[in-house]
Amino acid sequence: MSTTATAAGVSPKRGIWGGGNEPLKASYGKLMMWFFLLSDIFTFAAFLVAYAAIRVSYPGYAGPEEAFIGSNEYWPIPELVFDAIPFFHGVHIPLAFVGLMTFILIMSSVTMVLAVEAGHRNDRNDVVKWLLWTLLGGITFLSCQAWEWSHFIHGTEGGSMLTYVNRMGQVVTETVYGANLFVNEYGPVAFAQLFFFITGFHGFHVTIGVFLLFLAFYQAAVGVYERRGHYEMVEKIGLYWHFVDLVWVFVFTFFYLI
Amino acid sequence: MALQENKSSLEIIPRNEEKIKKIWKTAGILLLLTSIEFVFAFTLPRGILLYLIFVGLTIWKAKYIMMDFMHLGEEAKPLFYSIVVPLIFLVWLVIALMREGADIFMIRW
Repeated sequence: MSTTATAAGVSPKRGIWGGGNEPLKASYGKLMMWFFLLSDIFTFAAFLVAYAAIRVSYPGYAGPEEAFIGSNEYWPIPELVFDAIPFFHGVHIPLAFVGLMTFILIMSSVTMVLAVEAGHRNDRNDVVKWLLWTLLGGITFLSCQAWEWSHFIHGTEGGSMLTYVNRMGQVVTETVYGANLFVNEYGPVAFAQLFFFITGFHGFHVTIGVFLLFLAFYQAAVGVYERRGHYEMVEKIGLYWHFVDLVWVFVFTFFYLI
Repeated sequence: MALQENKSSLEIIPRNEEKIKKIWKTAGILLLLTSIEFVFAFTLPRGILLYLIFVGLTIWKAKYIMMDFMHLGEEAKPLFYSIVVPLIFLVWLVIALMREGADIFMIRW
């Protein structure tokens, strides 16, 4: 339907309600992908604005950076929390690892645009090549996130001395290592909860994106799209993948910079 | 890449180098803006001004992703506006919840 040139115009005999028209000059699938993404923008925006609201309801850490210790009395400075990278145990390298993750995701978005562009040209070899790079970028990003989560959950060697209400409802004072949904060595427990929830929901989107990319990669490679006559599926999955990148740009700013 | 023989009637259009160059240029801009954010994170004092700069740079990046990568600008105008205009609701959400958070701060501390 969407591939025929006449579908875009209105047939004079049938009129606009007679069917065979293409509203908004976009195919059904692409249109629905856009509206799904709009609803997803609202979901993520609600999460991030909730983060901002809880963030301003706590005082920020105001002391010198060298003397920073985690406490549930104030919000931590992100570059002092996310300062680890793999293979450099105990070395303070603020934000380097998350910067690498951002770089990987932006680059995978670029290779995705190149795949979509190749799809417009019906160039199967290029589509397959760029989809493979995108797939690789997505998997690498997920692996990085797994490491980041693992490090956040296990915490630092020193831990932090905190007074908090434990799972049994008792007030205890003890050294806390790492973060979970009940207590958090880096700051208020809401900080860890929001971290797990928002980056987790984003990671879930990336996971789905990786599955979709694999589907597109496989179908492009065996020639499904070529027989179909167009590479629109690559374009739709591309829209989703760019959206995942778009969300990460915001998550990066709110979680790791502010 | 050794794929199976191309038997389809689909005609392969040669690469438009200019288009591909533009994609890489956008990628360069996105990476440049991210590095600027990094430099600011370590050089400027924390405060409302720095946060506004971060949010501004982020929205600027979002514009590049939506217009150049998702090609929203090339869609029909009604589609473009039906995606962009509803985002106005977020302005209210931000104002309302920031106000709420500030009030909780006043009560708690």
